[in-house]
Amino acid sequence: MKWTRKDLVALSDLDAEEITFILDTAAEFKGVGQRRLKKVPSLRGQTLVNLFVEASTRTRTSFELAAVRLSADVVNITAAASSLSKGETLKDTAKNLEALAADLIVLRHSAAGAPQFLAGRLRAGVINAGDGSHEHPTQGLLDVFTIRERLGRLAGVKVGIVGDIRFSRVARSDIHALTKLGAQVTLIGPPTLVPREFARLGVGLSHSLDDVLGELDVVNLLRIQHERQQAGYFPGTGEYAALFGLNAARAARLKPGALVMHPGPIHRGVELDGSVADGSHSVILDQVTNGLAVRMAVLYLCGSVPPKEDA
Amino acid sequence: MSCSVNIRGGRVIDPAAGRDEVADVFIVDGKFAAAPAPDAVEIGARGLAVCPGFIDMHVHLREPGHGAKETIATGTRAAAAGGFTSVVAMPNTSPVADHPGIIAWMEERAAETGVVNVFPTGAITVGSQGEQLAPIGAMAAAGIVAVTDDGRCVQSHEVMRRAAEYAGMFGLPVLDHCQDASLAGSGAVMHEGFWSTVLGLPGWPRMAEEIIVARDAMLADATGTKIHCQHLSSAGSVRLLREARARGIALSGEVCPHHIALTDGAVQGYDTNAKMNPPLREQDDIDALLGGIADGTIGILATDHAPHAVYEKEVEFAAAPFGITGLETAVGVFCEVLLHRRKVVDLPRLVAMLTANPARLLALDRGTLAVGAAGDVTLLDPGREWVVDKEQFASKGRNTPFHGWKLRGRAVRTIVGGRTVWELNA
Repeated sequence: MKWTRKDLVALSDLDAEEITFILDTAAEFKGVGQRRLKKVPSLRGQTLVNLFVEASTRTRTSFELAAVRLSADVVNITAAASSLSKGETLKDTAKNLEALAADLIVLRHSAAGAPQFLAGRLRAGVINAGDGSHEHPTQGLLDVFTIRERLGRLAGVKVGIVGDIRFSRVARSDIHALTKLGAQVTLIGPPTLVPREFARLGVGLSHSLDDVLGELDVVNLLRIQHERQQAGYFPGTGEYAALFGLNAARAARLKPGALVMHPGPIHRGVELDGSVADGSHSVILDQVTNGLAVRMAVLYLCGSVPPKEDA
Repeated sequence: MSCSVNIRGGRVIDPAAGRDEVADVFIVDGKFAAAPAPDAVEIGARGLAVCPGFIDMHVHLREPGHGAKETIATGTRAAAAGGFTSVVAMPNTSPVADHPGIIAWMEERAAETGVVNVFPTGAITVGSQGEQLAPIGAMAAAGIVAVTDDGRCVQSHEVMRRAAEYAGMFGLPVLDHCQDASLAGSGAVMHEGFWSTVLGLPGWPRMAEEIIVARDAMLADATGTKIHCQHLSSAGSVRLLREARARGIALSGEVCPHHIALTDGAVQGYDTNAKMNPPLREQDDIDALLGGIADGTIGILATDHAPHAVYEKEVEFAAAPFGITGLETAVGVFCEVLLHRRKVVDLPRLVAMLTANPARLLALDRGTLAVGAAGDVTLLDPGREWVVDKEQFASKGRNTPFHGWKLRGRAVRTIVGGRTVWELNA
């Protein structure tokens, strides 16, 4: 297929063929990362701006490394250092970056829809690196990449996503990617964090990890944030861990070959026990490695599309 | 310029008098008269509805304090262009209209720069902070027609109870933006439902509105003061209002165009012109609101005209202010939805909801064509097709979700006190 998008804003926008095409492209780039010379000239001469209006180390580093390996020039801008903290609007900041001839803008932002807002207004390509509770498309892609690589397929694979679904951009991107590629998704957590409206996306809902654990091929554990507890979504991390934590006893009930995933950073003893994070089911570090390959693929594909004429 | 006109040959609709007939209407020196003045200007109205001037009881004129969004001059011109001869101004200006000095200033400003009647409201509480009663008696003497903390619903039931008791002494109704702050939450920006889930935007549930409608029913019952629920958005609110009215409680409600023309699906793409408070909800809610209009539970139509500067809405969805302009699209959307598409009411009922009903609630000497009353007339072409073009707005606001919509129904001439203040293609 021919890739035609200058932006990657949301996996809800993509069809199965496009997602598969990114995964196949990422598989080729993963090979590059295993060579002694890890750099290719694909984006030589292009400028990529990492515009992070919300704190992130892992995702920003991954994008930066991906861009460097594609030979792009990279500028990192964080909110504290940018004019955004001086009251400049996001649109004006991005227009200024474009005036400096940035070709790709990787945007992390606390407001859902911010990447779509920019994508519609800029000639430069916009890659969503996480927008509020909306989507985190490259995380969704690296998750399905990891499952496909380990299990050899996605169709029919049973995936449980556990935890703070309500506020999770990772969950939304995972749901779109997995359901489009034929996996069966169950969302697991307390009703306060698993709103029933999600059922309309074609996924199952469960409030008992123990009920569904033995059927799952993949358990994806989401990070639980302390602020949710303060806002009254659950009483405390102790009770959360007792109900939804993947401890050693629960891990013993996993299917042979089942995968344990986590987008990181992990809370040992909350979402999962340390022994499970480091155990044989865990593919958490594979996710990090694959994230680099997926981001190289996304930057390469979107960076190869000519900028739109009128913006 | 003459303030005497003869409006000839139109369909005269005066719901306050139960009148619907083809006839001539005469205005002499700014008031309706039984016979024409000798020097009167002739206006042909064949094929048009001759209505009492439309009243919009929910308008944000933004002055004083927010002249970049709107002024009394531009807002009243937008009203005229939309067919409204009277607007009721909300008090969330800067400073808040919470004392008689500001009310007097607004009235003076309206007399100098406005082109339609401006009826001010006063805040319920000082600064609309929800704590201490504003000087309601002094503001009543200055001419307010109601009290409201629109936009900042009084959360304390005790304060609201005392406000209703106190305002009742002056015969003033209390207008309430029904919204429980704890259920709405601080970060919520749209209706809580499927689309908020998909878009990852925090939503607030219907019950945030309904719980306050229920409260207001109890307070209206207990105090006897008229309480009016502004811009209803949810099916449950209609049910609560219907039950309260069946029990004879002085509770009323209004509906805005966007809440019957759009659902929360309009937020897809993060269009900030679909961001309003209360939020766009679902089709079931629209159907219930229309049912409430059909059976008379909801008797008033209003706009919640909320202009904002372009740069304010040209931002991330969460950062954008709530609200849309309404004055210049409302009549078209109401005719399109209520008369043509869903056939919820006939034309006289529609006119009543824009004239006699709000006039009665607010005790305005308007909303009728009766001899001796102020000569305010809206000439309406209920079937006229037109396309909304925001660049043509008289309002400073361009924030409308209806740009490009093809509508049926438009005011073609707006007359205030016998004086034509706006005419289509004039």
